[in-house]
Amino acid sequence: MSDIADRVKKIVVEHLGVDTDKVKDNASFIDDLGADSLDTVELVMAFEEEFGVEIPDDAAETILTVGDAVQFLEKNAG
Amino acid sequence: MVTPLGCGVEPTWKRILNGESGAGRVETFKVDDIPCQIACQIPRGDGSNGSFNPDDWMDPKEQRKVDDFIIYAMAAADQALADADWKPQDYEDQIRSGVLVGSGIGGLEGIEKASLLLAEKGPRRISPFFIPGRLINLAGGYISIRHGLRGPNHAVVTACSTGAHAIGDASRLIALGDADVMVAGGTESPITRLSLAGFAACRALSTSYNDTPTKASRPYDEGRDGFVMGEGAGVVVLEEYEHARARGAKIYGEVIGYGLSGDAYHITAPTPDGDGAYRCMEAALKRAGVMAGEVDYVNAHGTSTPLGDEIELGAIQRLAGNDAASITMSSTKSSTGHLLGAAGAIEAIFSLLAMRDGVAPPTINLENPSVETEIDLVPNKAKPMEINVALSNSFGFGGTNASLVFRKVAA
Repeated sequence: MSDIADRVKKIVVEHLGVDTDKVKDNASFIDDLGADSLDTVELVMAFEEEFGVEIPDDAAETILTVGDAVQFLEKNAG
Repeated sequence: MVTPLGCGVEPTWKRILNGESGAGRVETFKVDDIPCQIACQIPRGDGSNGSFNPDDWMDPKEQRKVDDFIIYAMAAADQALADADWKPQDYEDQIRSGVLVGSGIGGLEGIEKASLLLAEKGPRRISPFFIPGRLINLAGGYISIRHGLRGPNHAVVTACSTGAHAIGDASRLIALGDADVMVAGGTESPITRLSLAGFAACRALSTSYNDTPTKASRPYDEGRDGFVMGEGAGVVVLEEYEHARARGAKIYGEVIGYGLSGDAYHITAPTPDGDGAYRCMEAALKRAGVMAGEVDYVNAHGTSTPLGDEIELGAIQRLAGNDAASITMSSTKSSTGHLLGAAGAIEAIFSLLAMRDGVAPPTINLENPSVETEIDLVPNKAKPMEINVALSNSFGFGGTNASLVFRKVAA
């Protein structure tokens, strides 16, 4: 597992208050991890801060699962 | 309720009757450059012995999103609904149950922090929970979501009269048939650096007792020099009388009168002649259909400010006339400090408990009254007495006044 994936999962666990073993790559923030639309906005902000990147709104809308976030950040985080 | 004397009604009430003070030096933020360095803060702990553990009342993940005033309100509402044994189950119960919880200021601490974050890091760093976690009516919003209250969903913002207006307005909603049950009260988390600085600038806070904080809140005493800020929440469950009777609910008392008035005089100072205070008490008694002489106990607004205490006392003397000697009046703010938007709600609860237990709570630190009066101000020691009718006063910045009258209900 990449370092980026570890850091993403840690943020998800902290922000959504879910068990680590539920935070799988294909887990949807809203359907599987109990987030609402405001939680997902906050998650994206936390990713931005952790990885020092800006995630534009249109890209944020495509980040629906843990795996989506990891993929985006692997591609865009410096 | 959650107060500087503890979490829950009974732990708080016990310490009130013991004549204890909830005041102490503020250690949670820098105060050495503020004239007032003391406050009445909620005793936090693991939840035992009357301490307040926020995790008992709200998931830590949710707590991050809101200011403390919402957590206090959630705790107080949970307690009140459990005590009333009211759990709206079906849709019909839900739409007949509402909430009316106010706050004087709302989420000041969150606004303070977000404002600094905005200046430092810009708008992209402002949380999506910034607005919903600060709005005053979100205390009621959260309560309604947790307990399924789909009836009237309302909030009051009238500074230090908030709690009393919330209970009064909610009782009217029931009287007018808009709901059968209303969860009503006030909540406040004002002990922040910005707020202390602001109230100190208004010259409203006590500044001479920084080394002896438990002596600072001293209503009617000649040594008083301003109020001591407190935090917490008070929530009651109001219910249509026959509805409560039919399900055998525990009844602490009946709201028989509610009066409102405005000073139209000054943004922070009360009218010197006490006209606003007099008229709201008069209106509440008229609504209640009782004479001033029938009021056994008055829970005063009595904040320990040099001006306010004597003006309120004068208004009550004028109202009572020749019956003044039969009135017993105390200020529980001497123990709790001033909980601003929550004050009227916790004091309504103290008035009900005074009727239940047949005891008037004391005005502590009253050593040398600044005026002579026939009214018994219950100095320093609780006074056992039969109380059938109690009146509770609240007056707020902006010249907003509210009085509630309660009557004991025969078992």
